[in-house]
Amino acid sequence: MAEAEVNSYVVLGAALFMLLNSAAICVYAERRIASFIQNRIGPNRVGPLGLFQPLADVVKLLLKEDVTPVQGFRTIHTIAPMIPVVTALLTVAVIPFGDGIYVTDINAGVLYLLAAASLGVYGVTLAGWASNSKYSLLGGLRAAAQMVSYELPLGMALASVVIFVGSLSVVDVAVAQENWWFVFLNPLGAVIFIIAAFAESNRTPFDLVEAEQELVGGFHTEYSSMKFGMFFLAEYMHVVINSMLITTFFFGSYHLPFAGYWLPEMSTTAKAILDITVFTGKTAFFIFLFIWVRWTIPRFKFNQVMSLGWSRLLPLSILNFIVIAAILFAINA
Amino acid sequence: MATYAFVLLAVLAVASALAMVLNKNTVNSALFLVLNLMSVAGLYLLLHAQFLAIIQILVYAGAIMVLFLFVIMLLNVDEEESLFDKFRAIYLVAFLLGVVVFGQIVYSLGGVTDLLPEISADMAYVGTVEAVGEVLYTTYLMPFEMTAILLTAAVVGALMIAQYKVKTSDQEE
Amino acid sequence: MDYLYDLNTFIPATIAAAAGLVVLMQSVYKVKINTIFGVTVFSLVVALLFALRDLFGPVGTSFYDMVAYGGTAAFGTLLVITGTLFCVLISRDYLEAIDHHYGEVYAMILFATTGMVGLAVSNDLIMLFVGLETMSICLYVLAGLIKEEKTGAESALKYFLLGAFSTGFLLYGIALIYGATGSTNYADITALTDISPLFMAGSALLLVGFFFKISAVPFHMWTPDVYQGTPTTLTAYFATASKAATFVALILVMSRMMPEIEGVGWTQAISVIAIITMILGNLIALVQDNVKRMLAYSSIAHAGYLLVGLAAGTADGYTGVLYYLFAYTVMNIGAFGVIAFYERNQALDFTDVNNYAGLGYKQPVMAVLLSVFLFSLAGIPPFVGFLAKYYVFAAAVNAGHITLAVVGVLTTAASVYYYLRVMVFMYFREPHKEFDLVNPGAIFKYALIVLCVLTVYYGVEPVFPMGSLIELLTSYYTETGPAGMAGP
Repeated sequence: MAEAEVNSYVVLGAALFMLLNSAAICVYAERRIASFIQNRIGPNRVGPLGLFQPLADVVKLLLKEDVTPVQGFRTIHTIAPMIPVVTALLTVAVIPFGDGIYVTDINAGVLYLLAAASLGVYGVTLAGWASNSKYSLLGGLRAAAQMVSYELPLGMALASVVIFVGSLSVVDVAVAQENWWFVFLNPLGAVIFIIAAFAESNRTPFDLVEAEQELVGGFHTEYSSMKFGMFFLAEYMHVVINSMLITTFFFGSYHLPFAGYWLPEMSTTAKAILDITVFTGKTAFFIFLFIWVRWTIPRFKFNQVMSLGWSRLLPLSILNFIVIAAILFAINA
Repeated sequence: MATYAFVLLAVLAVASALAMVLNKNTVNSALFLVLNLMSVAGLYLLLHAQFLAIIQILVYAGAIMVLFLFVIMLLNVDEEESLFDKFRAIYLVAFLLGVVVFGQIVYSLGGVTDLLPEISADMAYVGTVEAVGEVLYTTYLMPFEMTAILLTAAVVGALMIAQYKVKTSDQEE
Repeated sequence: MDYLYDLNTFIPATIAAAAGLVVLMQSVYKVKINTIFGVTVFSLVVALLFALRDLFGPVGTSFYDMVAYGGTAAFGTLLVITGTLFCVLISRDYLEAIDHHYGEVYAMILFATTGMVGLAVSNDLIMLFVGLETMSICLYVLAGLIKEEKTGAESALKYFLLGAFSTGFLLYGIALIYGATGSTNYADITALTDISPLFMAGSALLLVGFFFKISAVPFHMWTPDVYQGTPTTLTAYFATASKAATFVALILVMSRMMPEIEGVGWTQAISVIAIITMILGNLIALVQDNVKRMLAYSSIAHAGYLLVGLAAGTADGYTGVLYYLFAYTVMNIGAFGVIAFYERNQALDFTDVNNYAGLGYKQPVMAVLLSVFLFSLAGIPPFVGFLAKYYVFAAAVNAGHITLAVVGVLTTAASVYYYLRVMVFMYFREPHKEFDLVNPGAIFKYALIVLCVLTVYYGVEPVFPMGSLIELLTSYYTETGPAGMAGP
């Protein structure tokens, strides 16, 4: 028992450390990939290949003056940036990174993930309201509407995974994909989940929340210095988290494709290293996908976002769920 | 340990509920309600009712309160006048009623010696998703299905009231 | 558990729910409104046939003791479905005339019916609550159907706020009862021997919630405004089907759930409520000029008469209440129906009793129908209203509640004034201006005539195919020992 607890704390520490640093790595990756797509060089002055650019960014953010709007709501203005960071950090508690490598195994882990994601919307919404600026408020309201709307298809897509597993524990979801990844069994669910995950993390093509042509900076128009830095951090953390979730639920978690059929037995250490490498590799790919999409696909209009969510994705995800449930029932009966 | 957590959460729940009622600013009130819901979720967790706790956060704090905030922000409700500007006899009646209700609660808690029950394995099982699901689809099947009708009716009804002029096929011809 | 068998015991509500969903989808895809009306009527007729079958069927509980079937519950289902069917039949032409004829209305009515049946057959406090809420939510929406006018909005808002408030009482009561007994099942609660103050407080709050829903004084304030602002045929629905369902649920709660306690009878509480309800309802009705408000106060008064039977707490009392509910459903839908017919004529404001002058000679059939229904409401023989009142008051006398019966008879006598006032205007006053009434339409007319036939037929103690109705109802309470406690 004691050993297991030590193990969980180690995993928790490592996961949080990686998650916090991943934001810096993502920023660098985003800038390099963006410049590659746009056929320019990108950051290359600070350190070799510009690798220390994120450090310079952080120093810049820390040293800037922190401005709070005079007419704004000071307390909430200060609390708001912390909320998305906290909710992002909460999610790593239930994600398995390898065989037996997880912080905790909650009986309702999938719901826990949804709950944590659903709380994230408060940060953006409150930031918009507390700034007392119409750009911010519009950004915040858009965020609230969009995130609440896309939670439904996200949840339905997850439900269509859960009925394969027969358990709401994320660890069980990962274990169940040893032979067949759920993307092969439930491709429509995977597509819906990926789209909804993009919308939930407010990334292009769903970044209406901060659409600069209309709303200046959106919800963070009135934020500066490290408070802005927190939002920045949270955005990239959500990209990482959502990549992890896509990996966990549809792309086999830490399993190689059809690993159950061909992967030989190995020692615990070797398996752990392999698992973590596989998981990190897949997550890195999806982070790349996020960045790739951002620099290639234009933004939707707000009404398009809403009608996509409510009248396309939601019915489709419910239908997908019902069909899968019927097929599984027929097979089991 | 659990007792300390209970006291902390209970105080937080009561305090945030009071703060919600007494606060003049509507947005603040809504946020205190969120805090209240979360501390109640924490209490559920102490009783090993994981499913209930998470659903409480997911549904109430995560979805319903966001919509509340959405509406409050859109309407930009002004600061409400204080409830207690003038003394009226009706407040006295309300206060006395409150005392009676409070007395009831105190009475019902009077026999409780320990703050938290000893949670056995059986009790912990009741809080799991499997147990809740099983009960919902056996003992409470009928109310569960009826609730489905209730929610459908509520959604359709809200739309009926919100829509200014309902169009029918006959009118379009 | 055999789900199919259980479903069979709950088939009328299942049909209503399924029909509601079908009607809803039909109105989404803009099917012709007459088709929707036809589907609604057809499903209700089928449900009615099943409800009639269940009337003579076995008695018991299903769905893990959640719902009761047979006996009182079956009769409650029958009342609800009958009320709904006739309200729907008279609704089409009326809603068309006031330009609020949407498919969604029928969907809401069918959903509300599902809730009402669930309420009327509940055998568990959870089921009771869910059924009541399903019914109430739909009724709030229907109350606000004419939202373009202030009265409609007022009616919906008032109904919603006070209804939600009363639901709070009910739910708090249920919570306390659960806290005191550890169960929500009627049978488990009856078995209780140790009565704590917590249980008494819970039961009191539960009853307060019920009194709100049946608009007993002093919880009646919402009734007149809501009845006035709601489309008239739907008012009939509120006043009959919803009240019947709530009363049947109340009978089930009183007879099956409340444990026998030494020295504590709910009878006293109910008696007091019944007396003030009868007096106040009738007194205020005397001075109403608006016919719908008059009928609203009359419905409060009738709640008082019904409570008299409940206060008796004997087999006779419950039988009387059930018979009264049947009578009330038939005659009240009839009365509201004829008023709805007059309202379809836009020439004058036919909610004002002064404008009824001279109507008696314009559409003689309708005027005669209204007279019959009003006579019956006033409790004048040989109509069903008289017989119903007789059973209820007789039960009260037999149970030793002479005061209740005396107050009941006196207030009934007073009520004759305001019912007959309408007829005086119709037959003995000259009209203010000349106008022609529209043709009532076949369905509308025959629905009312059927109601009229029922009013007269059951007023003279008819022989039902399988014995008289009152004998059937009595049999529900006498087969298993002392009345009230054992129940069917």
